Amino acid sequence: MERTAESVGVWRAAKKFKRKSDLFGRNLSFLCALTVIILTLSIVVFISSKGLSTFLVNKVSLGEFLFSTEWFPDRGAAEGGPKVGALTFIFGSVATSLLAVLISAPLSLITAVFMVEIAPGWGQRILQPTIELLSGIPSVVYGYIGLSVLVPFIREHLGGLGFSLLAGVLVLSVMVIPTIVSVSVDSLRSLPGHLKEAAYALGSTRWQTIRLVLLPAARTGLITGIILGLARAFGEALAVQMVIGNTRKIAHSLLDPTITLTSGITMDMGYTAAGSLWNNTLWSMALVLLLMSFFFILLIKMVVKRGAVK
Amino acid sequence: MRAQTADKLATAFFYAGAGLVVIILVGLIGYILYHGASSIDWSFITSPPQNLSPGGGVGPQIFNSFYLLFLTMLITVPVGLLAGIYLAEFAKPGKVTESIRLSIETLTSLPSIVVGLFGLLIFVNLTGWGYSLMSGALALTVINLPLMVRISEEAIRNVPVELREGSLALGATRWQTVWKVVIPSAFLSILTGTIITAGRVFGEAAALLFTAGMSSPPLNFNQWDILSPASPWNPFRPAETLAVHIWKVNSESLIPDVRRVADGSAAILVLVVLLFNITARWLGRRIHKKLTAQ
Repeated sequence: MERTAESVGVWRAAKKFKRKSDLFGRNLSFLCALTVIILTLSIVVFISSKGLSTFLVNKVSLGEFLFSTEWFPDRGAAEGGPKVGALTFIFGSVATSLLAVLISAPLSLITAVFMVEIAPGWGQRILQPTIELLSGIPSVVYGYIGLSVLVPFIREHLGGLGFSLLAGVLVLSVMVIPTIVSVSVDSLRSLPGHLKEAAYALGSTRWQTIRLVLLPAARTGLITGIILGLARAFGEALAVQMVIGNTRKIAHSLLDPTITLTSGITMDMGYTAAGSLWNNTLWSMALVLLLMSFFFILLIKMVVKRGAVK
Repeated sequence: MRAQTADKLATAFFYAGAGLVVIILVGLIGYILYHGASSIDWSFITSPPQNLSPGGGVGPQIFNSFYLLFLTMLITVPVGLLAGIYLAEFAKPGKVTESIRLSIETLTSLPSIVVGLFGLLIFVNLTGWGYSLMSGALALTVINLPLMVRISEEAIRNVPVELREGSLALGATRWQTVWKVVIPSAFLSILTGTIITAGRVFGEAAALLFTAGMSSPPLNFNQWDILSPASPWNPFRPAETLAVHIWKVNSESLIPDVRRVADGSAAILVLVVLLFNITARWLGRRIHKKLTAQ
């Protein structure tokens, strides 16, 4: 087609428009990606600034907050003044999440190995959706089942009130299974096939292959899964709050009620005045949760780095 | 023979472990649905809850849950999709991309109660909206966004390079290629991921206690003025969702038929999650068929 001056002009304009829309789209998508950074930064900044006021404004010492169990956030000056030792809460969170993972990690690894190495088709067809459904069940539903089944069971058969560290641990251990299983399955699936073939060629049984070759080779992924499970257990709020009893005392046995950071925040945040010492302490607990999730990310990065070198 | 015996024992052990996990799930869902079935009827689904007397339903809570989910998705899907496009198509390795990835990782691992508290500071207090659907939707967006970005990025990456090359060779720009060629072919995978994400936020409660609130004003479904406090569609009114309701009736309610209300609500919650899951699974199978037929 012959190019008149007019058609060249139209063509140029179209090209310019094209370039403009290209740039616009690219910038818009970049802006949306930046939102993620902005959100993260503002969460860190705002939670930290509120959480630090316990120490900066109320002059509570970090040592008292972290290592004391004396919890009298609204005690008058005549009786010795307020004390905000949060060790009970911290201890509760650490104990419930560690014990929960101790129960669910072996079970989850067994399930993951079963799905990848042993399951004859049907096992996989049933287990994959099972795990996905377990992870989709809302945490209040877990809490409610704990409340209506587990708590009475513990009260009648093991003693105590039923609301207990044990109830919290058991509820959490089920909630954490899908996290550990799905990460472990991915890690086992991504192993190169020749590892298994070589082990079988040397005459190993399936169990020997799994134990001596596959599990060690997938170690990094398995540990990552367990840490992610731990992180989820540490941050879970409502399911634990519903069954653990929420008494501000360190549990001396599995059957004692106790409290965690998350359940403490849930219980009191709505009832304390903003800016009061009690309220500020709750924000400091939220800051501890935030720092712990950073700690878990860091831990995973270290594990992965180590795994990569070897 | 010892190795063979150990192998057989181990296999039995694996069967038992995996069996236990299936039993736990079947037990959980069976329990919820069995107990819930007797308390769900039409009046339970449609009528408002009671404060002190028995016989209340969860109508407004069901409506709130779906409306909140809709508002959340209205924000999450475009932002997450665009961010996913950026990461899959335009991002170059470097400090910025690395920070984006680190931020996504951080947001994913944040406990939802911390997100709720952030929402309380920013969306509830700073904006002056108070406990509101909008505050809740924004808090849920924070929880949802990292997942949405990941899903979009992966779906876009899975689109074959040849499609892009073809489009670029025809003179399309990068953005036109993304918008008219890549996104349509990644559409089903993105939709599947979105439905799974939606199922997850449907049951979220911890982040909503401090953002959408724990109560609903009396709603008038004939009030169409969107800014009236009695209008169900007003995004700046407080709203208690089904998941929050389960938590509230169990921890501080005075109604005598707590068990009935909690059983029914839990069953509805699980049914909706199941529905989302099955839909996503069905879509996933369609994608698989479409891909293998090519």
